[in-house]
Amino acid sequence: MLQIAQGKMPLDISCEIPKGQLAAIYGASGAGKTTILRILAGLLTPEQGKINIGPEVWLDTEKKINLATQKRNIGIVFQDYALFPNMTIRGNLDYALGRAQDKKVVDELMEIMELHQLSARYPDTLSGGQKQRVALARALVRKPSILLLDEPLSALDNDMRAKLQDHILQVHRHYNLTTLLVSHDISEIFKMADKIIVLDHGRITKQGTASEIFANQQVSSKFQFTGEILSIEKEDIIYVVSVLINNGIVKVVAIEEDIINLKQGDKVLVFTKAFNPIIWKIEA
Amino acid sequence: MIDLQPLWITCKLALVTTAILLIISVPLANWLANSKSRLKSIAEALVSMPLVLPPSVLGFYFLMAFGPAHGIGRFLEHYFNARLVFSFPGLVVASVIYSLPFMVHPIQAGLSGLSAHLKEASFSLGKSRLQTLFKVLLPNIKPSLLTGIVLAFAHTIGEFGVVLMIGGNIPGQTKVASIAIYDEVEAMNYHSANVYALILFAATFTILLTVYLVNHRYSIAKQL
Repeated sequence: MLQIAQGKMPLDISCEIPKGQLAAIYGASGAGKTTILRILAGLLTPEQGKINIGPEVWLDTEKKINLATQKRNIGIVFQDYALFPNMTIRGNLDYALGRAQDKKVVDELMEIMELHQLSARYPDTLSGGQKQRVALARALVRKPSILLLDEPLSALDNDMRAKLQDHILQVHRHYNLTTLLVSHDISEIFKMADKIIVLDHGRITKQGTASEIFANQQVSSKFQFTGEILSIEKEDIIYVVSVLINNGIVKVVAIEEDIINLKQGDKVLVFTKAFNPIIWKIEA
Repeated sequence: MIDLQPLWITCKLALVTTAILLIISVPLANWLANSKSRLKSIAEALVSMPLVLPPSVLGFYFLMAFGPAHGIGRFLEHYFNARLVFSFPGLVVASVIYSLPFMVHPIQAGLSGLSAHLKEASFSLGKSRLQTLFKVLLPNIKPSLLTGIVLAFAHTIGEFGVVLMIGGNIPGQTKVASIAIYDEVEAMNYHSANVYALILFAATFTILLTVYLVNHRYSIAKQL
């Protein structure tokens, strides 16, 4: 059982991710995405479960196997980066080195992630995007079997996001990693993921490739959005319904029959079909 | 000329007490900051007791416990030929317990204030709890450590009731400055009392001022 904001929720999932793939876990907040990463990392122990990574068993509650986080070969990137403030950038990466590990790994990662100029700086003096690159590099020093990314890009602006997505893809392929990415950004998932796991209220509702999952919804000439009714106003013989969709207000025309069951505050679906959408770039 | 020995004993007592407190408080505070066990509340209450109990109560129970006629005291005397009442080691033991909250609370607050992700990130990099504590957690709570050290030191200088009960008033052994003041006043030597008092006043003020100045600078440096 998971304790969440709305009370308790069972988390019950089972899935397989082929080696070398980048899988995205997608779902609303509170669906249990981060919890899955924490269980994989050994930071949380489920009541029942099994985790097999290749031939290794990390968790088997029946056989009372539960490897400590330190023994699991993982790399994690947290949403808040979790860089060590008392160490320089180089220090953060060096700290991650295993006892017998060659320091060349750090040099190589500094190179790939373009961190050389930041080497002697401290995390507090870095921008969000820079911190994220350091966090990613640090997570890779140990050559992890799986890389866990917990909404790593959600705090960044769009340009920075695109750059870091490229960085993540680059290291994912370069080191032949198996990567799990928690995200609620569909475009990010489209760009990056080989496989998508859709989570809703602690259960997997769908899994497959991006186009399999999203094909019937957002990628068709049918637009549909959910929103909340802000007001219903009568104008002559028709009604104008103002609906809040994300951050924008959309006015929809309706006739009396349509609004009989509607009132302010209702959650509604606004959709339209059978027309050709026009695409327009809004940013240079 | 006043007798400097009580000042020296006070200083020695505060130094030894602070050193011992630092060693035991770090693991204790770390446990308190992370534990979800029910014992935690009991431990927290016990650690905080010296804040509210009259020093004479603590002193009285130390006297009972460490006296040669009872449990711990008899054990120590029988097996180690050591006596804690009316001796410097006894003062140290009592001071450690009496100043415990002043060291534990700042460190516990500092550790609780750190993002749990720091610790988890360190674990995920294969580092043990001990390595994480010394390389990641403690270096990031330096202001809290400094506050703990200084408060414990200053509080030990300011002890009176406990040291009077358990230490007695043996010149050269357990007669600390705060008791010397009391003695001088009793003997109507107001001048000597005043000198001791002024020295303690100035010393504690300087110590506390230093901490606040240093921590102020830390917080400014952090904002930049």
